Amino acid sequence: MAEIPILKIGDCLLVSIQVDMHDRLALALQDDLTERIVADRARGVMIDISALEIVDSFIGRMLNNIAAMSRVLDAVTVVVGMRPAVAITLVELGLGLTGVRTALNVDKGLALIRRIIDSEDPDADRVG
Amino acid sequence: MSGTSNVILSLIDRHYQRLLTEWLACLKRDAGIGGAQREAEAAELAKRFLEELRQCAAVAQSDDIHASEWAPLRDLLDDLSRTRVNQGFSAGETTIFVFSLKEPLFELLRREMGKNADDLAREIWCTSRLVDTLGLYTVESYSRTREEVITRQQQELLELSTPVVELWDGVLALPLIGTLDSARTQIVMESLLERIVTSGAEIAIIDITGVPTVDTLVAQHLIKTISAARLMGADCILSGIRPQIAQTIVHLGLELNVVSKATMADALALALRRSGKAVVDRAKSAAPAPPAE
Repeated sequence: MAEIPILKIGDCLLVSIQVDMHDRLALALQDDLTERIVADRARGVMIDISALEIVDSFIGRMLNNIAAMSRVLDAVTVVVGMRPAVAITLVELGLGLTGVRTALNVDKGLALIRRIIDSEDPDADRVG
Repeated sequence: MSGTSNVILSLIDRHYQRLLTEWLACLKRDAGIGGAQREAEAAELAKRFLEELRQCAAVAQSDDIHASEWAPLRDLLDDLSRTRVNQGFSAGETTIFVFSLKEPLFELLRREMGKNADDLAREIWCTSRLVDTLGLYTVESYSRTREEVITRQQQELLELSTPVVELWDGVLALPLIGTLDSARTQIVMESLLERIVTSGAEIAIIDITGVPTVDTLVAQHLIKTISAARLMGADCILSGIRPQIAQTIVHLGLELNVVSKATMADALALALRRSGKAVVDRAKSAAPAPPAE
């Protein structure tokens, strides 16, 4: 079974989804990601979906779940790289992904996570 | 070959010149064609019409003008309708061309079979039906052409009225003009999202100064656009809300969940502040303390 790699960038984790998601893969990703957030003491999670041409309600719910789980573990989730057509489809489906923060690309996603962490506790050490 | 086509065919063959002259006279009288050029055009068209009618009637299996044998004549009528639409003629002025053929045809029929009332009535009925269907076809073709023109204009209007402009590095503006319906929302959304991708903007100002009314449907479309932009990582600021529209929004109990500013200028100021830029009045700031560099 394909596995989705989780990359560490500073105190952030980067997940790039490039294959079709299905139930077991989504569950495995949630397992791996929560493990890694705890193990690496990550403060931010970026999920890159720029390779996805179709995002349905299943993936939408998975993204919401991951965001909620990360929040419990004190990490900010940012979904990056959504395509215009995907955004329009999600809105038409009524899935605004209101629980998730979004950014245009990985660069902006990192900057956003930095801003959020800094505004939450300005005195926190920047773990490299 | 059907009876009608046969009779018309022989009429045109034998009395071609006379039919043409009388038809043109009728046209001149009914349609009020003035000017030598217009008359020459009508004569040319009438000649072509009679030629095509003769040829079509010669090969036609039936009076059904939608059959393939009648295609050249249909093309001629399509052509006629198209030029008349472009020249701004009304539907009546266009179809009178076909209908005015009745008078000379009936006149010829009467002369041919003057003594036999039964035959005359039958032939007049058949001929009349053929001319009527041709006339109706012209009307249909006329309105079809008009609809094409209207659709094209709608499309052009749609493209004209949804520009996305870059106000500042990273700040886009979307001045909406006219009513927001589903089709326009779709286009507005697509062009906004495309520009967000190409420019990497993080703030989009949606200005609704030019939107005449905001009802629940328009609000729904605005919300869709705003959440789609948010999914692409851009925040939206709504601006240009007129006092009446503010009242309507409250009365309807609409919740837009977005930062809104009264004017585009206020929205731009907020956008600049958010992106960490300051606008300084140099005359004022220079006097008390020069900037420490």
